[in-house]
Amino acid sequence: MIPAAFDYQVADSADAAIAALAEHGDDAKLLAGGHSLIPLMRFRLATPGVVVDIGRISDLSYINDGGDHVAIGAMTTHRAIETSELLATEAPLLRHVAGQVGDPQVRHRGTLGGSLAHGDPASDLPAALLAHGGVLVARGPGGEREIAASDFFTGFLETALAGDEIITEIRIPKAAGVGWSYQKFNRRAQDWAIVGAAVMLGDAPKVALVNMGSAPMRHSGVEAGLAGGGGADAASVAGDDTDPPEDLNADAEYRKHLARVLVGRGITEASG
Amino acid sequence: MTAVEDPITTTAIGTPMKRREDPKLLAGEGKYVDDIHVVGQLWMGMVRSPLAHARITSIDTSAAEAAEGVHSVLTGPQLQEMGLWLAPLPCAWPVTEDMVNPPHYPTAIDEVHHVGEIVAVVLADSRYGAADAAEQVIVDYEPLDAVASIAAARDGSATAHSEHETNKAFHWPLVPDPDALEAAFANPAHHVKANFVQQRLIPAAMEPRGVLAVPSPMGGDVTLYSATQVPHILKVMIAATTGIPESKIRVVAPAVGGGFGAKLNINPDEILAVTLANRLGRAVRWTESRSEAAFSTHQGRGQLQTIELAADADGKLQGVRVHIDADMGAYMMLITPGVPLLGSFLYTGVYDVPAFGFTCDGYFTNLTPTDAYRGAGRPEASYAIERAMDILAAQVGIGPDEIRRRNYLAGGEYFENLEVPSTLVFDSGHYGPNLDRALELADYDGLRAEQARRRAAGESKQLGIGMVTYVEICGLAPSRALGGLSYGAGGWEHATVRLLPTGKAEVVSGSTPHGQGHETTWSQIVADKLGIPPEDVTVLHSDTAISPLGLDTYGSRSLAVGGVAIAAACDKVVEKAKQIAAHQMEASADDLEFAGGMFSVSGSPDQAMPIQAIAFGAFTAHNLPDGMEPNLQEQVTFDPTNFVFPFGTHVCAVEIDEDTGAVELLSYVAVDDCGNQINPMIVEGQVHGGIVQGVAQALFEEACYDEDGNLTNPSMMDYLVPSAADVPSMVTDYTVTPSTSNPLGVKGAGEAGTISSAAAVMNAVVDALSPYGVVDMDMPATPQRVWRTINEAKGGQA
Ligand SMILES: Cc1cc2nc3c(=O)[nH]c(=O)nc-3n(C[C@H](O)[C@H](O)[C@H](O)COP(=O)(O)OP(=O)(O)OC[C@H]3O[C@@H](n4cnc5c(N)ncnc54)[C@H](O)[C@@H]3O)c2cc1C
Repeated sequence: MIPAAFDYQVADSADAAIAALAEHGDDAKLLAGGHSLIPLMRFRLATPGVVVDIGRISDLSYINDGGDHVAIGAMTTHRAIETSELLATEAPLLRHVAGQVGDPQVRHRGTLGGSLAHGDPASDLPAALLAHGGVLVARGPGGEREIAASDFFTGFLETALAGDEIITEIRIPKAAGVGWSYQKFNRRAQDWAIVGAAVMLGDAPKVALVNMGSAPMRHSGVEAGLAGGGGADAASVAGDDTDPPEDLNADAEYRKHLARVLVGRGITEASG
Repeated sequence: MTAVEDPITTTAIGTPMKRREDPKLLAGEGKYVDDIHVVGQLWMGMVRSPLAHARITSIDTSAAEAAEGVHSVLTGPQLQEMGLWLAPLPCAWPVTEDMVNPPHYPTAIDEVHHVGEIVAVVLADSRYGAADAAEQVIVDYEPLDAVASIAAARDGSATAHSEHETNKAFHWPLVPDPDALEAAFANPAHHVKANFVQQRLIPAAMEPRGVLAVPSPMGGDVTLYSATQVPHILKVMIAATTGIPESKIRVVAPAVGGGFGAKLNINPDEILAVTLANRLGRAVRWTESRSEAAFSTHQGRGQLQTIELAADADGKLQGVRVHIDADMGAYMMLITPGVPLLGSFLYTGVYDVPAFGFTCDGYFTNLTPTDAYRGAGRPEASYAIERAMDILAAQVGIGPDEIRRRNYLAGGEYFENLEVPSTLVFDSGHYGPNLDRALELADYDGLRAEQARRRAAGESKQLGIGMVTYVEICGLAPSRALGGLSYGAGGWEHATVRLLPTGKAEVVSGSTPHGQGHETTWSQIVADKLGIPPEDVTVLHSDTAISPLGLDTYGSRSLAVGGVAIAAACDKVVEKAKQIAAHQMEASADDLEFAGGMFSVSGSPDQAMPIQAIAFGAFTAHNLPDGMEPNLQEQVTFDPTNFVFPFGTHVCAVEIDEDTGAVELLSYVAVDDCGNQINPMIVEGQVHGGIVQGVAQALFEEACYDEDGNLTNPSMMDYLVPSAADVPSMVTDYTVTPSTSNPLGVKGAGEAGTISSAAAVMNAVVDALSPYGVVDMDMPATPQRVWRTINEAKGGQA
């Protein structure tokens, strides 16, 4: 529980952070809310030589109306999302999911950008982003680029972000009035999901699963079933084409079963 | 002499006073060991074995020694050569004469016996430096086969200690009348035989353990600050282990953030800190990290139980026969082997059982040692009998309430000083009305009706109802009884009460709190006994320099032994004060009445003196009876003549989501009887916490090991300690059946919740699934396990 030695730097702007990443390469890690990075460092599973604190870049914390989408700064906390009035009408799924993360202490520190950049298949917000069909804005030495959520999560704790890039903004297409649901199954009230399912109906229904593979994932089989008017029956394939982890809480078979149950409940709730 | 018109009256006992300890603790101002720092201190960093069983072939400390800020690195053999100790860490409870007790030194010497055992110690200027250097110590091991479960220990193809031929540590029988037992099981109308697993639990107190040993600048003396429940026992044991005279050791337990038994041991770090500080002349400290705690601080439970019930056609018990195999872990710690024995006497529960037999085999494994954990042996016993009673009820075809009523001691009526077949004498009990009250509060009939409705409707969320009537044995303990069990200490408690010149009282308590609120409770007793306001009472404790005599806090003993000692010391103070009052009022002591802090002459109420005035008079000593010593100070060492036996009935309801296997605890009703209560709010807190700790065993917690003896869930992310959000608001109520074991009529309340709730919850879980023919399920009832059990019971694919 005692991290290895590291240097600590404060970046006061996104550009300063990018410069620090360029300078130190793989040896550097950005520190946002710290609620994923610091546990890893305490277990010595991560041993960065330099920690670049982006926690003081206040202009990356906002929730703005972007016309057809809501623009959310990467440093926006789960708490700010959970209590946003704009999101209540325009992206209620994301708002709800933010309120399902950990406990209030975690939600006051943890950031949307940090959660997405971490790319943990067991985390909630990536599933919400996938179900919303959101877009991430990454900025690096060469400028900004957009990355679709469905292209972002590439493997276990791996993303499409380059080593010298920082997420600056997350764009969520407006989804007022679209049926949605988030089903989170865990053993203790404030735990990570054993399995979770985010469902977004509408013209192109999207279903994303938590903890059903090495990365946060969408489930095309269920989505196809929904698009074909299958309703809650579409959930029957939710365990197919998944590669869930096995741990003390659940083996793969049970996780696949839970995926079917939760997706089914999600579709029913979203359609209600 | 003054005539006071408005005498101070207090009736503190029985009042739910807020704990005087809390404002400081809640504001973060409590001083824990880790908050205390001294100049020149060295941090210990422990190099721990990553293997459960291995021979150490070499240790290379050169890189660590060269690291910045490192003072020295000491390996097990080097420490052994330094002659820091005379004897291994103590086991105070050799339960049989031939008990196997392998030497357990603070550090391994040539063979490691569990993951986390210390192999070398780094001393460095900072905590982080010590941790970094410890990582640089290179230890080579030759792995040996590990014994990673009781089953493997029994099988014996590998032994946990290579010099042993078997893993068995002892065999302990309690079979008062073998013939009667055999007769009871000869041809019973109903025979229940059930096997239960008491999984290992990690105590997980809020404050991890920690030590700071500070040598006296004058030399020779050492003060140990330790996060311990047992400063007095620790002092004696340090002296016995190290040869440092007791008079040169001071042990202080500052604020201690919970213990649950895990802080009543004599740990390697404590001996290391004291001896190294003494040898080096520098303060030595260590604070365990949360994951370190999971490997190195003792764990609880770890038993395989077989219980058999013989009953007649009506379900009346004829006999109870129990065998348990108990997991000692790698070594015998302070009371490791005694824990199962503490439970042995309770396997007949609250029931009238003509014949009883109990045997226990203790086994070594290559896992972290076990020892006392909240309830220590008694939750296990209560679980076995209370689960088995439900199985019997189902066999007989009657309800769980009815099977209990038919078997209660004294038919559920009031009794006192009743001998039970396990040879103990229960102080008092009155189980029938206690059950009635619990069923009423739980709306038992309403719950059963709702259960029937859901079953009939085939709903996916089914209801289960569980109940338990428990009894526990606590107020540890009559010294003679402990002697009879070969325990290496007594069970008395010491108290001193002083009424100071200004009329304020000072109490020195041998019983030391680690979160129970002793200061508040003791002040209530003293306030009433002396007739002074509770705010005028100061309680001193937890420092052997201030309170040299004591036997500390465990086994729900504080009030029933320590509190009684305080009350008795107050009585002696009042008696002496009365002599002084009589002398000064020129009356006969026999004519004096004492009430509300005033001594008054019977029949002439205007002739009165407050006790505070007497206290001043005792201090000035200007006008005392001939030959009387000045000052008002009295001490009492109370050694109880019997244990106390609190009891109660708990009823809960669970909802099982058959689609996911999730178990939700919907309601929990606890009607406890701990005799007279001093502070009902503190009792309530103990009941709540105790219940949640048992619910944790039933639904959430288990220390999981792989077959190589690795703990696979050492972090708080995987070891699921429930929080307030995971339990419903509880309904608590009390019946009051005063104890006959002590003059306050009090029993214990600290462990009762844990002793009852695991069985109550599991009875409810099994009840919910009974339509599928499910009769038992192992703890914890995880969603996966419940889902699978339902599937298997339905005959579907698992
Ligand atoms: C007790 C506890 C319970 C939790 N429970 C849950 C839960 O139930 N569900 C859940 O989803 N999560 C949970 N979390 C995780 C929490 O949501 C984290 O806050 C989140 O995953 C990471 O956000 P952060 O701001 O803390 O990131 P940090 O920990 O600071 O960083 C995480 C990673 O992202 C990188 N990073 C951070 N910001 C950026 C950026 N702008 N651009 C590029 N890279 C960046 C960092 O370098 C690091 O690698 C829990 C955490 C804790 C401690």
